[in-house]
Amino acid sequence: MRGKTLLTALAAGAALGVFGLAGPAPAAETIKLGSYLSVTGPASFLGAPEKKVLEHYVEQFNKAGGVAGRKIELIIYDDGGAPDKATSFAKRLIENDKVDLIVGGSTTATTMAAVPLVEAAGVPFLNLAGAVIAVEPAKKWVFKTPHTDRMAAEKVFADMKKRGITRIAMISENAGFGKSGHDQSLLVMANYGIQLVADETYAPRDPDVTAQLTKIKNTAGVQAVFNWSFGQSPAIVAKNYRQLGITLPLYMSHGVSSKEFITLAGAAAEGIRLPAAGIVVADQLPATDIQKNVAMDFKKTYEGKYKEEVSSFGGHAYDALMIALAAIQRANSIDKGKVRDEIEKTKGYVGTGGTVNMSPTDHMGLDLTSFHMVDVKNGNFVLNN
Amino acid sequence: MFRNERMIGLAVLAVIIAILPQFLPNNYYYDVAIQAGFNAIVCVGLNLLIGYAGQISLGHAGFFGLGAYASAILCTRYGWPPILALLAGALVVGVLAFVLARPILKLKGHYLAMATLGIGIIISIVLNTEAQITGGPDGISAGPFSIGGYTIKTEQTWYWVVGGTLLVAIWLANNLVDSPVGRALRAVNGSEVGAEVVGVDTARYKVLVFVVSAVFASVAGSLFAHYLPQITPAKADFFKSIEFVTMVVFGGMASTFGSLVGAVFLSALPQVLTVFEDYEAMILGAIMMGTMIFMPRGLVPTLGSLLVRRRG
Amino acid sequence: MLASFLQFVFSGITVGSIYALCGLGFSIIFNASHVINFAQGEFIMIGGMATVSLVALGVPLPVAILLAILATMLVGFALEKFAVEPARKASVTTLIIITIGASIFLRGIAQELWDKNFHKLPPFSGDQPFLIAGASLMPQSLWVIGVTVVVIVGLGWFFNRTLEGKAMLATSFNTLAAQLVGVNTKKVLLMSFGLSAMLGAIGGIVITPITFTNYETGIMLGLKGFSAAVLGGLGNGMGAVVGGLIVGIAEAMAAGYFSSAYKDAVAFIIILFVLFFMPSGLFGKSGTERV
Repeated sequence: MRGKTLLTALAAGAALGVFGLAGPAPAAETIKLGSYLSVTGPASFLGAPEKKVLEHYVEQFNKAGGVAGRKIELIIYDDGGAPDKATSFAKRLIENDKVDLIVGGSTTATTMAAVPLVEAAGVPFLNLAGAVIAVEPAKKWVFKTPHTDRMAAEKVFADMKKRGITRIAMISENAGFGKSGHDQSLLVMANYGIQLVADETYAPRDPDVTAQLTKIKNTAGVQAVFNWSFGQSPAIVAKNYRQLGITLPLYMSHGVSSKEFITLAGAAAEGIRLPAAGIVVADQLPATDIQKNVAMDFKKTYEGKYKEEVSSFGGHAYDALMIALAAIQRANSIDKGKVRDEIEKTKGYVGTGGTVNMSPTDHMGLDLTSFHMVDVKNGNFVLNN
Repeated sequence: MFRNERMIGLAVLAVIIAILPQFLPNNYYYDVAIQAGFNAIVCVGLNLLIGYAGQISLGHAGFFGLGAYASAILCTRYGWPPILALLAGALVVGVLAFVLARPILKLKGHYLAMATLGIGIIISIVLNTEAQITGGPDGISAGPFSIGGYTIKTEQTWYWVVGGTLLVAIWLANNLVDSPVGRALRAVNGSEVGAEVVGVDTARYKVLVFVVSAVFASVAGSLFAHYLPQITPAKADFFKSIEFVTMVVFGGMASTFGSLVGAVFLSALPQVLTVFEDYEAMILGAIMMGTMIFMPRGLVPTLGSLLVRRRG
Repeated sequence: MLASFLQFVFSGITVGSIYALCGLGFSIIFNASHVINFAQGEFIMIGGMATVSLVALGVPLPVAILLAILATMLVGFALEKFAVEPARKASVTTLIIITIGASIFLRGIAQELWDKNFHKLPPFSGDQPFLIAGASLMPQSLWVIGVTVVVIVGLGWFFNRTLEGKAMLATSFNTLAAQLVGVNTKKVLLMSFGLSAMLGAIGGIVITPITFTNYETGIMLGLKGFSAAVLGGLGNGMGAVVGGLIVGIAEAMAAGYFSSAYKDAVAFIIILFVLFFMPSGLFGKSGTERV
């Protein structure tokens, strides 16, 4: 009996010791680009294309001889959308892999889980989170490329104002993206003279939201409905909306700006209006549009390589990678402080999301002009400006 | 007789915890060890319930999450000292578990699993929805843990705190197992009706263990909240509950060291499996299935008896 | 007002039938083995995803459905043969962990075999809603309800009229006694996995036009199906259906009249409340414990 317990304890010790052994060797003179993305889990439709984009373009750069004379070594971890995993992987990238910079963080929660770490360690961090809190107030080492949810809300409310809509209903998914978008919308809607008269939510993966929409339908004076969610839920909202025969204008967030949404919702997607980055309507941008070439080029590359329709989400990773590599090129160094300074000096970078002009107080550098209102027409996103 | 061996095991573990940092090259390895330690504290408590009292709980992440949020909310919104917030959280969870225990523990097997699962889910829905207080899906920060003017800042310090807490947790669990209550508990697991016939108030003991295991989870949750930059309702959800149960069964039910090994193994495994990239989930699932098929009593009891047999 | 109420009822019945179909599979395996199969949700996913991918390959929908059901049943057999059968002597808790491992494993395969995107199937009878007293109901909802009814009738016939069914029923009451009268309980277990895989696949296929599907679809539906089965009383097929409908209607009514954020919580509170007063669910057997 005594032996058994002792051995048991020793077995426990052996298990504890396992991860004390391994540790990758440092490579000389390469740019170590770290990334953690939500490749699986509920946000996989963000993380999966982001991963593809990073892998493809890093490979291309390396084939062409690297950046500033250095090859790029890409390390990607999948956080599955879990913030505690994101914290661990950020630590792993910083402490163990000793990366020079991080491009990652598919969602707001996973991004915020790493922010204190990169701030403490002093590692440039270009994140792909939607929410405005990632860069507001500006943090020394943290930058982001996607439009904020607040900008999406402002774009939508400006469009509503133009149409004379003043009383709206909101329906949003009770999860990270939907909740944050909902809250940001409440903050800015008054600036556009818009009043919220019905406010409904649903859980991720709910199979049916007709009950919530019926409540909205029965609310007097609603002039338009605004939905915040991504994944399959917006398609269910769209279908239930048509099923109930609601004819009010339906707005959605930029979370549905991928072809997958139209495929899922089918005819029910027709007439839905949303804010979207230029990449979504790349082929319709006028030839004079500054984004035209970048967007078309990215679209062709992505669709050619992966045989699936491009979304704006992969574009966020593209922009982040380009901004980072350009900064390294300019700094001609992988010194973290110098790279950070150069990222902050990014001016006039034209990417899939728009034109980026960063400053010490603006670590995103996009403005509303880079967002376009688009309508779903005949199974396509159609520019409406 | 049991008592001495458990104490020796505890001493060996203390030595391992003391030596381990020699093999941790950087903060990332510390982080894995710390997270494994937090999981182990919860599992040692949960094992009392599953392994000794024979009652399953699919809701312990709810208690873990309540502890974490009690600390985060009381510290950041009301400026409480972290240790008081931790104790308050443990008290609230203890009382809640006590109130719930009687009606819940009347249920058997899968009905008990369902009830605990429901309670866990309700807790995570509340944490997710009451955003003004809890921060909603994006979570909330609890800030650093400080006591008497001293603040825990580094992973190294956290390692000692978690290691120490784990030792205390195991010591408490061992004492409970060896007490008259513990013997009654093992009777409960053997046969409830039988235990009642010989005059054991099984209901009272089950309630006690339910409360103790919930408080273990709450304390671990409180410390965890201070350790992480941000906690989210995901820490309280159904998947986390399943994870805890899996760790306990994987390591070996009714074995405190089994729970410890299960927690450490399954905390570290995903970090090792990252080399398989897209095949991570497939391999994790296969390892779980394979281990349970070939070692149905769990890692530690199976390996333990194997070693003893070989020596004998 | 009546129209909204009716709309909530329709929503609840649609969702409830989905949960009911998912819950039935739990009951059947529980009957044969007292194991809760946490990979039941993956049967639902495989049924839907296999149909989607076969249709994409140009296979006609009815053939695709048939093949997908067969494929899912194969997975069910394999799960029993290679994961559950070898550990037959292990405790029920251990077997549950094996099925959890299996669910992670199957999701891991699905994300590589197919992809992580959402997919759809066209509704079987178009998407023109029926209007009834101001409320609307989709034809696909009727398909879900209808299939649930057919499955229930079919199961009733199977368990009461066929030798195999009677053998399964006998095993669920008393495994040892069944063995003594010559029932091959090993075969019964294998069949129960095949049967519940079939039910899962049918459910997954018929609900895909409503809910869409991807490699993770099974997680949420499995959870709700389990809740429905427990609420109704494990091992009772009718119970799983009633349980599913109660959960679905409770969610819809809570969303309609109370708070959509708390609709899931309301459903679970009802389940807890029922269990406090009926510890074996609505229709469960309250067996006595053997000493």
